[in-house]
Amino acid sequence: MAFISAADADKNSYDVIVVGSGAAGGQTAYTLTMDGAKVLMLEAGRNYQPATETPMLQANGEAPLRGAGTPEKPFGFWDATVDGGWQVPGEPYSSASDDPARQFVWWRARMLGGRTNHWGRISLRNGQYDFKPHSRDGLGFDWPMDYADLAPYYDKVEMLIGVYGANDGLENTPNSSPGVLLPPPKPRVSDLLTRQRAAKLNIPVIPGHRAVLTQRLDHVRLPKLLHPGNAKAQKILAADMQKRAACFFATPCGRGCSIRANYQSTTVHLPPALDTGNLDIVTDAMVRAVTKRPDGRAEGVIFIDRKTGAEHRVKARVVVLAASALESVRIMLNSGVANSSGKVGKYIMDTVGAGIGGQIPLLEDMPLHNEDGVDGFHLYTPWWLYKEQLAGKLGFARGYHIEFGGGRSMPSMGTAAGMEWLNGGTYGRKFKEEARRYFGSFMYFSGRGEMIPNDDCYAELHPTQKDKFGIPTLNFHWKWSKHEIGQAAHMQTTFAEIIDAMGGRMPSPPQPGEKAIKQGGIIIHEVGGAMMGNDPAKSVTNSFGQSWDMKNLFITDGATLCSNADKNPTLTIMALAWRASEHMLGLMKKKEL
Amino acid sequence: MDRRTTIKWMFAAAAAMPSLKTFGYTPAKLALDVAPNLPGYGTDPDLVKEWKPGGPWPLTLSAPARALVAALCDLIIPADDVSPAASSVGVVDFIDEWISAPYPEQRADRQIVLPGLVWIDAEADKRFGKQFAELNDAQRSAIADDICQPAHAAPQFQTAANFFATFRDLTAGGFYTTPVGMKDIGYTGNVPLERFDGPPLEALKKAGLA
Ligand SMILES: Cc1cc2nc3c(=O)[nH]c(=O)nc-3n(C[C@H](O)[C@H](O)[C@H](O)COP(=O)(O)OP(=O)(O)OC[C@H]3O[C@@H](n4cnc5c(N)ncnc54)[C@H](O)[C@@H]3O)c2cc1C
Ligand code: SF4
Repeated sequence: MAFISAADADKNSYDVIVVGSGAAGGQTAYTLTMDGAKVLMLEAGRNYQPATETPMLQANGEAPLRGAGTPEKPFGFWDATVDGGWQVPGEPYSSASDDPARQFVWWRARMLGGRTNHWGRISLRNGQYDFKPHSRDGLGFDWPMDYADLAPYYDKVEMLIGVYGANDGLENTPNSSPGVLLPPPKPRVSDLLTRQRAAKLNIPVIPGHRAVLTQRLDHVRLPKLLHPGNAKAQKILAADMQKRAACFFATPCGRGCSIRANYQSTTVHLPPALDTGNLDIVTDAMVRAVTKRPDGRAEGVIFIDRKTGAEHRVKARVVVLAASALESVRIMLNSGVANSSGKVGKYIMDTVGAGIGGQIPLLEDMPLHNEDGVDGFHLYTPWWLYKEQLAGKLGFARGYHIEFGGGRSMPSMGTAAGMEWLNGGTYGRKFKEEARRYFGSFMYFSGRGEMIPNDDCYAELHPTQKDKFGIPTLNFHWKWSKHEIGQAAHMQTTFAEIIDAMGGRMPSPPQPGEKAIKQGGIIIHEVGGAMMGNDPAKSVTNSFGQSWDMKNLFITDGATLCSNADKNPTLTIMALAWRASEHMLGLMKKKEL
Repeated sequence: MDRRTTIKWMFAAAAAMPSLKTFGYTPAKLALDVAPNLPGYGTDPDLVKEWKPGGPWPLTLSAPARALVAALCDLIIPADDVSPAASSVGVVDFIDEWISAPYPEQRADRQIVLPGLVWIDAEADKRFGKQFAELNDAQRSAIADDICQPAHAAPQFQTAANFFATFRDLTAGGFYTTPVGMKDIGYTGNVPLERFDGPPLEALKKAGLA
């Protein structure tokens, strides 16, 4: 079994159809196939091979426009995104409002592995508060599970994909089990300076957690822990882990990693799943709808072959939607299934984002040294004001973490640009001297905060618009509440205080929350739209992502999240997908599916 | 110098520039969209092939315009003890690529850069009776000093100062992304390492951390 054509898929029979090949689809297919289930994965994008397609050591100077982002490659030329961005040609969406503050922008990528090829690899666990937010402050919804239910799956995912970090034991910032995390990379000068100065403001700075191998995975120990009693799975995984190199501390992770040192579905989940012989993948397969059997259960799906335009129908015992939260919502709405609660499309969330940059004189004229490290953050700040917030001192609910960075990263179009606020504007030898002096002395602080689900944020089918396949598109409604706006304002003043404590200066003063907050969708952490719960009248699935209405339909992407903690959603999506897949396997063995 | 000739070469590629009769700097009236419907590199470009300016879309500056761009680049980034001048490492090709690109940001910059080039030559002609590229260093600096600081430029130089700031950013981006530029500015990364050791002691000392 392997990559097959759309026509061949029609001929075979499968236990499970998985729609989508990103974090959710990858994890689902991995867990299912390692345990013997026959899986057909349908991916709308093209096949993608990181080993041969990744521009690893190409400098920005070798790219068109020095690698700068364009509408065709929004995160820069070398970024791994294929056929993606906030606009995908031929696949439109819309917003109900003309007011940009009430519009939602939707990032998609059309490639095997989805957005896991170019994501930031920031992998933070939800804490115990994050599963019971309503109980804590009366806002939003509690999850139908506790931290303890998901903790073992966080451990498993971290061991499988490889996550660096440390166990600092801070409030609502859980530790991993011993032996799970890889060692964090050494901090950069800018990290240490931030930590020293933030300490004076009582702001903690601790090692970050990212899905990057700071050393090779232990292929002897981990497969046994991940697949107890399953010798075949252990063997396959042990062999695959040995093919993953450790990070070589160069080259931006957003381009993907040809040496497989960071997590991408294409380099971590799919290779061992394919090695089981239980996985077939059809790429360029755009799923339109879930089909129904006479008894009300899911029969399979209809998909369109992007290359030929031909429509195909495939069947299986179980259908899993893992097409990314809002695509899964769209498929459900277009299928007219799983929506007796009327909640499909409701309570969509992104992450609150705002940031400020500054220039830090102490970082000028540093002795030459290589600061590439693991590309992303080495240290970060988890939310630290739980007690003040609970005591009502902040004026907004829910927290944010701080991602910061500085130092001499690979020169780009931004290097030595816009220095007028520092030097008025120079040219000639003086300009060159100043470029050297200031290079590496800039820092940027970004807040990533929790958005509380609200009635004003939802997706519905557009009454008339269709995409190039003839599939009805989504129309978004969006509105930040005072909590998110208050959070953005707090980010601005806090970052200004940190920059000030570092002896730095800023090009412009902190902005009010309404101005500082990024548009919905810009942070690309969209989740919700098919919330899990305990009550079939108020939720779309149970805690295993299993539809209340259609017992053999599961949703394993971020659509089922009841809240969007400030922890970035992907690690949680994968942990949920693993848990859901185990549940599926159990039900299939009991012949309940 | 014949002003009309200047305009002609400057906008050799700009078919939509019929009625530019003076150097009057009115970018709003200049129809500079020389590449309105050109395709870009697409949403799925081959990332491991070799890319060069002029590959994904044609360059549009004429030879005399490129000479002016070279003179301006080298005014901003001249040769010094550390590294060579910007024009010697391909920055002119890069700026041509940038202002010829079919994307919104680059097209907006084109609307700033092309009239700016016209202005620079007109100013050189007005002050010294020559094209800018023919001026000596002191004459070039005399003009640059009036336009290098956008926040402090005299009102009659404000638009030119904005152009100069854009042009300076393009020159810097073009230069510091080349191997010599990266070396000059002190970037030592993008080399595979077995270990990441963190900063050396001298760096920590410099920041008051050790
Ligand atoms: C630049 C960037 C940085 C990010 N950084 C982080 C980070 O640091 N930490 C973090 O937690 N998250 C991050 N994210 C978010 C993260 O990428 C997503 O949360 C994650 O990829 C979600 O996984 P998914 O499987 O649900 O969706 P995706 O990864 O998007 O995969 C979905 C797949 O389904 C396919 N598909 C869609 N519709 C259909 C259909 N109808 N039929 C068939 N296939 C379909 C898509 O083509 C895609 O391949 C980042 C995202 C971006 C873009
Ligand atoms: S920094 Fe490390 S993990 Fe990231 S792409 Fe480079 S080698 Fe791979």
